[in-house]
Amino acid sequence: MNSDGALLELQEVSKRFGPVQALDRVDFAVNAGEVVGLVGDNGAGKSTLVKTIAGIHGADEGAIRFDGREIKVTRPQDATRLGIATVYQDLALCDNLDVVANIFLGQEEISPGPGEATRQLDEAKMEHRAGELLSNLAVTIPSLRTEVGTLSGGQRQQVAVARSLLGEPRVVLLDEPTAALGVPQTKQVLELIGRLREHGLGVVVISHNLANVFEVADRIVVLRLGRTAGDFPAEDTTEEHVVAAITGVGEGASGNGKEEAQR
Amino acid sequence: MSAAEGTTPAAAGGEGASVRSETLRRFVQGDLASLRVVLGLAVIWVIFQLQNDRFLSAENLTNLMLQITAIGLISVGIVYVLLLGEIDLSVGAVSGLAAAVMAVLNVNHGWSPYLAIGAAMLVGLAIGLLQGSLFSRFGVPSFVVTLAGLLAWQGALLQVLGSTGTINLTDPKITGLANTFYSDAVGWIFCAIVIAVFATVVLVGHRRRVAAGLEGERMATLGLRIGLVAAVAIAAVAILNADRGVPLAVLILLAFVAGMEYVAKRTRFGRHVYAVGGNAEAARRAGIPVNWVRVTVFGISGSMAAIGGIMAASRLLAVNQGSGGSELLLLAIAGPVIAGTSLFGGRGAVWTALLGALVIGSISNGMDLLALSSAVKFMVTGGVLLIAVIVDAIARQQRQAAGRV
Repeated sequence: MNSDGALLELQEVSKRFGPVQALDRVDFAVNAGEVVGLVGDNGAGKSTLVKTIAGIHGADEGAIRFDGREIKVTRPQDATRLGIATVYQDLALCDNLDVVANIFLGQEEISPGPGEATRQLDEAKMEHRAGELLSNLAVTIPSLRTEVGTLSGGQRQQVAVARSLLGEPRVVLLDEPTAALGVPQTKQVLELIGRLREHGLGVVVISHNLANVFEVADRIVVLRLGRTAGDFPAEDTTEEHVVAAITGVGEGASGNGKEEAQR
Repeated sequence: MSAAEGTTPAAAGGEGASVRSETLRRFVQGDLASLRVVLGLAVIWVIFQLQNDRFLSAENLTNLMLQITAIGLISVGIVYVLLLGEIDLSVGAVSGLAAAVMAVLNVNHGWSPYLAIGAAMLVGLAIGLLQGSLFSRFGVPSFVVTLAGLLAWQGALLQVLGSTGTINLTDPKITGLANTFYSDAVGWIFCAIVIAVFATVVLVGHRRRVAAGLEGERMATLGLRIGLVAAVAIAAVAILNADRGVPLAVLILLAFVAGMEYVAKRTRFGRHVYAVGGNAEAARRAGIPVNWVRVTVFGISGSMAAIGGIMAASRLLAVNQGSGGSELLLLAIAGPVIAGTSLFGGRGAVWTALLGALVIGSISNGMDLLALSSAVKFMVTGGVLLIAVIVDAIARQQRQAAGRV
């Protein structure tokens, strides 16, 4: 909407895989303190869009702006360094390790001293920091030293989100955060997303579940066949409008989303 | 993932009533596997002692410790490979080849014992790194790569030994590795050092937790842990001193077990080994250099195999065509698994190498005392391994049923 002050902004981004035009001049923006729901049918380009932002594969064309400056993200590390964190659908947690070890996976703190390879992990510091992180998010987990494999799906999702916040990102991308979760767990995760917004983060939520999207998102962006097929303020729209945009019902002339929303 | 929901309350152990069943579950599922194994070891010892009252004599227990040194050292490397969820079938052959290299260089070429030992360890390291690279670079299963290695290095052993087939070791530096015993006083000094180091590690760790504002363990628990280790150390030194004294071989074994346990549990590299074994894809996405970890672990395995081979040769006072052969490989893998390191990766500890070697060594030693045939020994050891592997598999199934993959 207000693309001037957007924290993260994509302009006319295109991505092609061989003969498949996965993204076709997509415009997309997320502001600080805003939750954007990204919806669309299978193959509409949602995951490709997220992976483009996350640096898994670079865009072929178009511009990405972060904080007003044009940026290039070609590797995941680029995105991480800028402050763009991604939580993938399959979470990527190590079930045999405890909560603290998972939160710090690959970024372990070590005690000061010579010889990096032989220095001890600073477990106390990591546990302290993990405790702060989780209590800031009001996440309750029985013990920080519980193996992640023993946690419920909702708790695991919360741990995965907490891990993404370790580098103090400004934008968090969540790929299907409520898939495969029961009702109470879904509620926990949606509340967590609300708290990310309160902390001033820009949040992008990919979901198939429109009810969840409506519950948590400020704005809903619809992708269809690699194009932006709608950009609705969540308050002023209905599920029917969004579904119509997703399925392309009544799509004749190539309209932008707002026109369709008013149909 | 969603399967976990139903079992969360029990797993979280929130209710007081479930504490006992929680302990029972951990005992069965393998979190407390080490306690189970210690009890098993006690049973084995009692049985053999009842059959032959020389079993628990100082002399025999000292012999037992000398017998398990080589296997225990090789098992230390095997634990790392098992933590990755992989297997290294070449360790027996590598141990024989490394010992042969040492013997040829020292005896036939007149190298100094230190250089010969160093060269043997480098051979083990290089073989491990090579096998690890083939495994991680080409994605060939480690089982196959190291099976090829088992054959190839056995051939290399025969080649290196040449026509004589046997090389006797006479250099006192090399034979001294397995045949040196310290005086009583030195034994007690080692004992004091072990207790002091352990107590310092425990107490410093506790202090740091408290300093970071975290809940520390109760002092009684800490005291119990230190007291337990002190009791075992004092008893061990008392027994060893009653015979020939503390053997250098035992100190070498303990030093490697303690050092590699530290690496596994307290360093970034060790954490990454567990992470790769638990979920390699998650480790990769977290920026852990998965292939580097794998290659390094196989390097560790090859090096430990070489060290075990050197100790075995020192004890035998010779290297021959049978070095590193027969059941050595299988026992070195069986030990940690019996003692609770999972074959499926991500779960286990380095000191299970020591505990497992003790169990296997005790069975073997006890049956020797009873003058049972090799046929019976192999069948009994096989049976124990089978039971251990079944327990491991059951523990894994139950974890999966509870949503813990």
